[in-house]
Amino acid sequence: MRLRLPDLQQLRAQPGRFLTYGAVAAAILFALLYVAVIAQPAPDIGGNWRTTNFGSAIHDPASFLRILLDSITFAGLLFIVASGFSLIFGLMRVVNMAHGSFYLLGGYLAYEIQQEMSGQGFTLAGDDVNTWEWVLPLLVAAGGVALFGLLVQQTLLRWNQGQDLRQALITIAVSVIVADQVIAHFPRHVPEGTVKFGGNAVGVTWPGWTNRLVDLQVWDVRYSLARLTMLALGVGIGVVLWLWLYRTRTGMVIRAGVDDRQMTSALGINIQKTFAIAFAVGSALAAFGAVVGASQANISSGQDGVWLLNALVVVIIGGMGSLLGAAAGSLLYALVFSFSASYLPVNGEGCCTQYSIVSTFVLLALVLAFRPQGLFGRAG
Amino acid sequence: MSGSIVGKANAERAIGGGVLVFAVFAPLLVGAFWLDAILTQTLIFGIAAASLIFLSAHGGMISLAQTALMGIAGYMVGNMVTSGGAGGESKGLTLGWDPTLAIVLAILITTVLGLLFGALASRSIGIYFLMLTLTYGVIANLFFGSVTEFGGFSPIAGVNRYTPGFIGDMVNDRNRLYYIALIVAVAVYVLIRFVLRTPFGVALQGVRDEPLRMSSLGYNVPLHRTLAFGLGAFVASLAGILFVWWQGQIAPGDLGLSATIQLLVIAVIGGLMRVEGAWLGAFAVILIDNQLANRIPSSGLPIIGGSFNTVIGLVFLAIVVVSPDGLLGLWDRLWGLTRGRGGSDEPAVAAGRAGP
Repeated sequence: MRLRLPDLQQLRAQPGRFLTYGAVAAAILFALLYVAVIAQPAPDIGGNWRTTNFGSAIHDPASFLRILLDSITFAGLLFIVASGFSLIFGLMRVVNMAHGSFYLLGGYLAYEIQQEMSGQGFTLAGDDVNTWEWVLPLLVAAGGVALFGLLVQQTLLRWNQGQDLRQALITIAVSVIVADQVIAHFPRHVPEGTVKFGGNAVGVTWPGWTNRLVDLQVWDVRYSLARLTMLALGVGIGVVLWLWLYRTRTGMVIRAGVDDRQMTSALGINIQKTFAIAFAVGSALAAFGAVVGASQANISSGQDGVWLLNALVVVIIGGMGSLLGAAAGSLLYALVFSFSASYLPVNGEGCCTQYSIVSTFVLLALVLAFRPQGLFGRAG
Repeated sequence: MSGSIVGKANAERAIGGGVLVFAVFAPLLVGAFWLDAILTQTLIFGIAAASLIFLSAHGGMISLAQTALMGIAGYMVGNMVTSGGAGGESKGLTLGWDPTLAIVLAILITTVLGLLFGALASRSIGIYFLMLTLTYGVIANLFFGSVTEFGGFSPIAGVNRYTPGFIGDMVNDRNRLYYIALIVAVAVYVLIRFVLRTPFGVALQGVRDEPLRMSSLGYNVPLHRTLAFGLGAFVASLAGILFVWWQGQIAPGDLGLSATIQLLVIAVIGGLMRVEGAWLGAFAVILIDNQLANRIPSSGLPIIGGSFNTVIGLVFLAIVVVSPDGLLGLWDRLWGLTRGRGGSDEPAVAAGRAGP
């Protein structure tokens, strides 16, 4: 049975609604205008509501393009992680609160394997890593986390299907244990002279061939190939998931299960097997995302919370259980995240303050005010 | 049958009365460490957990934002009362306002924020509500960590040096803090029990069970949920102010993911269905925490490794798997067993009562 959101749209007074739509449209228009023409580059001292680090898009189109590319490539990474979360929820109605902990586990696993393979110690130069030395850790980490997820699903989530709150509480308990254990045991390799305190920040290294800048031929922008690879991986995962869900028999069963679990099961389909596959794939995607994320930035204690938040925000915005929703949510969240980090006004002395978390909340609030089920979620 | 229920209610009243009498004389009965580290903390986290359980048991909304609301109230007080300059604090806004004004404003602002959060979440129910409020919590944590004007990553210290005159010294006179926490806890309990008997409280429970029917009867379902969430925020703000007096400082970690989960653990261990469970759960968790904290070697747990979190995670897992209604659910079932009635009704959380 799907969760039903009470349809109260009809009960609402129409004039108030019209007003809020207008206010939101005006706010979005202002934000676009601000980025496009209003913002000014920050002077050395002081500043006002118009000053940002880069100035407007017209003033500095190259920076604008870079930030746009940063958003889109970050969206690729968000999509990888969030699609796994969304897949599990869509089919099984399990909110896997341990998704962030699985991310942490996957990232550290890949790091250790890459260290073992290259045997070079902590400081891996990009050029020393060949494609195989990146792909194998990825596959092992994804496979390992998939197996672990399968174990969790079979032992803790199989016998209590339909009790969605209890399952959420169980995954919260799992997340606490897994995160604590990962931090207690990883990383095993740390740079010389560093104290191993558990949960040190470490990074996976991209393969050497990505370690260059691509000339985009517009406004002299040269952009990191690694980040473009991240986008390509996100798009690739999206295409593969789409083909899997819409062009194979297993995918057909999963979609049937999303629509009506009991009916699918009554038709003689082994829905338990499908659940197991979906949970394993969803967990593997958390690890896949972690390897990409750890290659681009790093993996450290505390990332479990950050990536649980990321996955939650993406699926709340995009709509639970929808592939398109995960893609749209990732893109919207990444755009708001990157642009507000770069284009919120700076005032000279405010060196360390980041207000961009506020705009994440505003985005969430705006989407929920109009579509409580998310952009592509289905109500009722 | 009804005799058994009356008997149970009487037994619970007797136990509750006994606990209250013990609580009143506790400073005479237990040592200073026990009083401050265990009992005062139990009362404070019990108040916060009571707001969570109130929303979950009577509003059908499991809110993971209560820790954040508690922290917001703590941050408000911390920013308003501390003063900068020589001998003052260097973190936060250091406004140096009158502490009484600061408390009133902190409660007011937190409640208004709660109404705003509640309004946004009022049309999401069950598991969606859980996710959304968790998101609020993480965002609040990141907000206080990244917006340096309000204190930034390290704590605002020395908050308990600034208390209103009628409250008195919170730094040295820990018995006084204990009694204030006790009075607030009893007041919160009475308030929640009272609210549940008002027409609003009755309608709220109707909204929990049958939102569609209530809305077709003309009740404004989102409004009831919003107001309940506002009340929850009010109660959480009281806990937040007591907490900042108890701890003396406030940092982003106090409203982080693990703090959020700890409050949920308290509520679940106590039992998500009845407000009384809040203080029971708080006592159990804080006692385990305190007894284990010194016994876990710094190198981690024996054999499996890991810290206190692994232990509390395993306890939490066991509770959710065995008795989703927590200790009070266990008590209900034991009472049923001793009275010859087989297993009681299906656990309410298991039956998905809090969600459709």
